[in-house]
Amino acid sequence: MIWQLDLAILTLVIVCAIAAISVKDLLGTAILFGAYSFMMCLLWSIMAAVDVAFTEASVGAGVSTVFFVAAVFRTTRRTKD
Amino acid sequence: MKRLALLIVILSGGLLLYATKDFPSWGDPNSPASTHVSPRYLEKSLEETAVPNVVTAVLADYRGYDTMFETTVIFCAGVACFMLLRKFEPEERDLYYRHIPTGLTLHIKGEKQIPSTSKEFEKIDAIWTPYDFIINTVSRFLVPFIQLFALYVIAHGHHSPGGGFQGGVILGASIIVLAVAFNLRTAVRRFGEKIDGIMSALGVFIYAGVGAFCAILGAEFLNYRALAKILPVGKVMARSHGILAVEIGVGIAVMAVMICIYNNVASEGKFDEGL
Repeated sequence: MIWQLDLAILTLVIVCAIAAISVKDLLGTAILFGAYSFMMCLLWSIMAAVDVAFTEASVGAGVSTVFFVAAVFRTTRRTKD
Repeated sequence: MKRLALLIVILSGGLLLYATKDFPSWGDPNSPASTHVSPRYLEKSLEETAVPNVVTAVLADYRGYDTMFETTVIFCAGVACFMLLRKFEPEERDLYYRHIPTGLTLHIKGEKQIPSTSKEFEKIDAIWTPYDFIINTVSRFLVPFIQLFALYVIAHGHHSPGGGFQGGVILGASIIVLAVAFNLRTAVRRFGEKIDGIMSALGVFIYAGVGAFCAILGAEFLNYRALAKILPVGKVMARSHGILAVEIGVGIAVMAVMICIYNNVASEGKFDEGL
């Protein structure tokens, strides 16, 4: 485990998480959530949990992003609050 | 109220951070998690199940009962999406058609429609997105490769990372790619709603069926060693084949549920036009 890489990815995870809940544009939130999942996937693979990383990449970063985008497509794009 | 919420978040976050100090450090061989059953799995799983990937062996064999209900949970998620979103009665609708030779767009209100067999007119979505030639062609070429990779992931889960869940998701994604690149009707034509429903139940049925079959052959539920009585292999290899059978079941169920959720969410349950 390379700690510099680990630290960089962990920072990006936190940045993505905070951005995903504070951005008002829902499509942007969906994309940020996908990025968050991908960073988590990298973290899992750094920790040598390859099966979990694979699941995170396919379910979290792949299909659930598509579901979110499909749901955003059917709503108004910006939140009211 | 907002201040109070922030205070609670900071307090509980601080508490969690404080608690992480007591965690065993990463990869510690003396931590409770790696002294209890893990060594046994690591040492014995290859000789007991003939599966080199320990994760697959634990997931589908030693903890097969858990995985069966995980598959059931996914099936229930698909059923819930279907029940909540699917609409059958036709609403007041606007239909849009494109006259293929001239590129003219036709807007029809009310009940009338052009038969779907028409060669001259093609139905298009209300929020019209131009069909990009490059995207269409590339995704059409890509879909078989995605599906082949998904089948590889399911079948090769014994030796490399992967298995039913990941392979099923990728297989479902290949149909979703069609729906995104063309339109929802194309994807539903390729993989119909009825087949989708049947397959999501079939996947769970295969899993539970393999378990019940083991019970019929005289062993415990999901004890794949019993399959050696009907397969021309030894008891250890039978466990490996049993794992493959349930992984196929998981893959089928997950694929069908992913497509079901996408179709329902993207079209608000009307199955006519989506993303």
